[in-house]
Amino acid sequence: MGSFDLLMQGFENAFTPTNLLYACIGVLLGTAVGVLPGIGPAMTLALLLPITYSVEPASALIMFAGIYYGGMYGGSTTSILLNTPGESSSVVTAIEGNKMAKAGRAAQALATAAIGSFVAGTIGTLLLVLFAPKLATEVVKLGAPSYFALLLLALFAVTAVLGSSRLRGFTALFIGLAIGLVGTSTGQPRLTFGSPLLADGIDIVVVAVAIFAIGEALWVASHLRRRPLDIIPVGQPWMSRDDWGRSWKPWLRGTAFGFPFGALPAGGAELPTFLSYITERKLAKNPEEFGHGAIEGVAGPEAANNASAAGTLVPLLAMGLPTTATAAVILLAFQSYGIETGPGLFDSQPILVWTLLASLFIGNTLLLVLNLPLAPVWAKLLQIPRPYLYAGILFFASLGAYSVNFQWFDLLILLVIGLLGLAMRRFGLPVLPLIIGVILGPRLEAQLTEALAISSGDVSTLWSEPVAVIVYVIIGATLLFIIGNGLRTMANNRKVDA
Amino acid sequence: MTSRRRVHARLAGVILAVAAAMVLASCGVTRGSDDEGHRRLQMWIPNSPGGGYDLTGRAATHVLEDEDLTGRFEITNVLGASGTVAMQRLLNAKGSNDVVMTMGLGVVGAVYTNESNARVSRATPIARLIEDQEALIVPKDSPYKTVEDLVDAWKKDPKSVTIGGGSSPGGPDHIFPMQLAKTIGIQPKQVKYIAYDGGGPLTTALLGEKIDVGTSGPSEFEGQIKDGSLRVLAVSGAERLDNIDAPTLKESGVDMVFANWRGVLAPPGISEETKQYLITLFEDMHKTKGWQAELKRNGWIDAFITGDEFGTFLKEQDERVATTLKELGLA
Repeated sequence: MGSFDLLMQGFENAFTPTNLLYACIGVLLGTAVGVLPGIGPAMTLALLLPITYSVEPASALIMFAGIYYGGMYGGSTTSILLNTPGESSSVVTAIEGNKMAKAGRAAQALATAAIGSFVAGTIGTLLLVLFAPKLATEVVKLGAPSYFALLLLALFAVTAVLGSSRLRGFTALFIGLAIGLVGTSTGQPRLTFGSPLLADGIDIVVVAVAIFAIGEALWVASHLRRRPLDIIPVGQPWMSRDDWGRSWKPWLRGTAFGFPFGALPAGGAELPTFLSYITERKLAKNPEEFGHGAIEGVAGPEAANNASAAGTLVPLLAMGLPTTATAAVILLAFQSYGIETGPGLFDSQPILVWTLLASLFIGNTLLLVLNLPLAPVWAKLLQIPRPYLYAGILFFASLGAYSVNFQWFDLLILLVIGLLGLAMRRFGLPVLPLIIGVILGPRLEAQLTEALAISSGDVSTLWSEPVAVIVYVIIGATLLFIIGNGLRTMANNRKVDA
Repeated sequence: MTSRRRVHARLAGVILAVAAAMVLASCGVTRGSDDEGHRRLQMWIPNSPGGGYDLTGRAATHVLEDEDLTGRFEITNVLGASGTVAMQRLLNAKGSNDVVMTMGLGVVGAVYTNESNARVSRATPIARLIEDQEALIVPKDSPYKTVEDLVDAWKKDPKSVTIGGGSSPGGPDHIFPMQLAKTIGIQPKQVKYIAYDGGGPLTTALLGEKIDVGTSGPSEFEGQIKDGSLRVLAVSGAERLDNIDAPTLKESGVDMVFANWRGVLAPPGISEETKQYLITLFEDMHKTKGWQAELKRNGWIDAFITGDEFGTFLKEQDERVATTLKELGLA
């Protein structure tokens, strides 16, 4: 039987009323936990693990997959509306999304996020169906040197989004990298000031929520008396033809970034969202619109994070390799049913696997049906008078930070970094380089440490893998191109002067 | 105005009704909360949901509730610094008679590597519940066919063997190869150990042949072991495991037994009566069919000891881990 027949059979199994119900519960629950900062899909799944005692394997896994995809959707809603990302993968969405919302285009931002996620999720799942068994054996060959090179490329790309002032851009980037240094990742405590509470570093979601939401709330509060509040205009409820035209390419490009990174064991969902953002900014017809609510900057990253969720299932289903916290819990669910995961899963449990894959298509469709009509409704939320709206934002932000560990210390961190966010607004430092510094810094360091530890300190290991070499060539070529351009402009200027 | 007030009154009524219903419902859940034999307890867990301590802790509370031995548990995951934060909090909860915490070997070492003085031996020992063996895992095409091959190559040039584990320094996957090295006469400081963030990344590194040997509990690798892409050279316990075809270290000529274990602690300074109550509670749990089913389901080895016996064991483990970490300059 070919893949297609198996998939059709999977649809047949997934379309039973019980399984559909579980898919519905899954996507609703996933959306809910995605919306709340602090609890993510991984924790939700872990808390629901006991249902494996009493529920059929297929139904439970369908629900779990729904929660996973739903979480990726839900995170974007609060990012756009409240500038409060619920998950690390929707941090980038907040940058343009919230600006759109403030310009009265919240409904369009939410819609492009929903449709983009649907498109990316569907294409991603399709790629998963086609390539999972073949792709999986290849991805484990990538080691720390390749990841280090890829991360270096990403860091290099940051220079494209430093903003108008290089000095301010680099300052923000280095503050971000410094925040990323906190913790004991090297085995020795660093910048923890003797407190075990800082040993695991500062969570990227906490940093993003503090910088975006708290910083802004403080900024607005400090200006309340000085100037009248701008009213958020009431916009169109649906996407215009122009919005569609500007969205579809970013959706596809975002998918192209997201899926491979998701399939890579150490790829993750944050990196592709941010690479997609930078690409869209470079390719946009009106780059000056970026930073003021460009729809491309929402469409691309949102597609990227959903495609990466699909990509994550490649190593999980084909090799039994969990690459994210959420995937690790799904694997636990398999094991608690006594199902052998690993390369044999597609052969030993074809019905279960293909039912799961079919339910991913169904879950995606359910999410679109659920979220698209809700977009204009959510957008109305912004009509709440400012003081109440910001009170709500502060409440959710604090709740999210506190609920992770029920510790006042986390609220303190939120406040301190929030004050940093206020200062950055005051002195015109761009926010994006800081966030990227926090994301990339620790991972760059971890991969470099691993590569050098394995090679016993021999630096040549860094270009010992083909992928790494290719990436370095790309970085080199881009660098030459930039320098060449700079020289030519200088030469031209000189000619004009003469 | 009056109609609006009436609406408000009605709204308040609805809210009250809902609140009352919730209170009633929660009464149903906290069955027998006032009953001395069915105390309501808190279970703290020092890592995130889905982790090892979490699985053990939740399995135990599940059995205790199901077999009607206690009231409902309130479970809290206290995250941070591989359990150090939770351990600190447990010691701070001195005298609290409704708290127990699941912990294990990993927490013993984490306290040292995080430079905290929240030693596990300062808490009240209740019971050790289970043991988990460690395994020496190699990729399919590894030149090492037996433990002897590995030991020979390792002794010849300690730097030539790269070992990876799923826990950070101080955790079981890290302590095990260090003690193994010492047993066969290699300085622990010379061991090349790469810490991976859990079983997933470790599996990736093994399959991609980035490291030579993996040290970890074998349960996370069952799929790969069964299909032959990974091999187990030996397991660390006193006896072989049922589901894995590999000798023990002792059978392979290395005189060493090592086990990762998990158990339950209570805060210091609790009354003798509370301590006895908690010990009896876990003794009763240990006898149930439900717990035996959990052991089987998760592949855990029954290693039940309680009270002072567990306390002595904790002290011995604490010293042993501290010695190893001191030799490495980590404590």
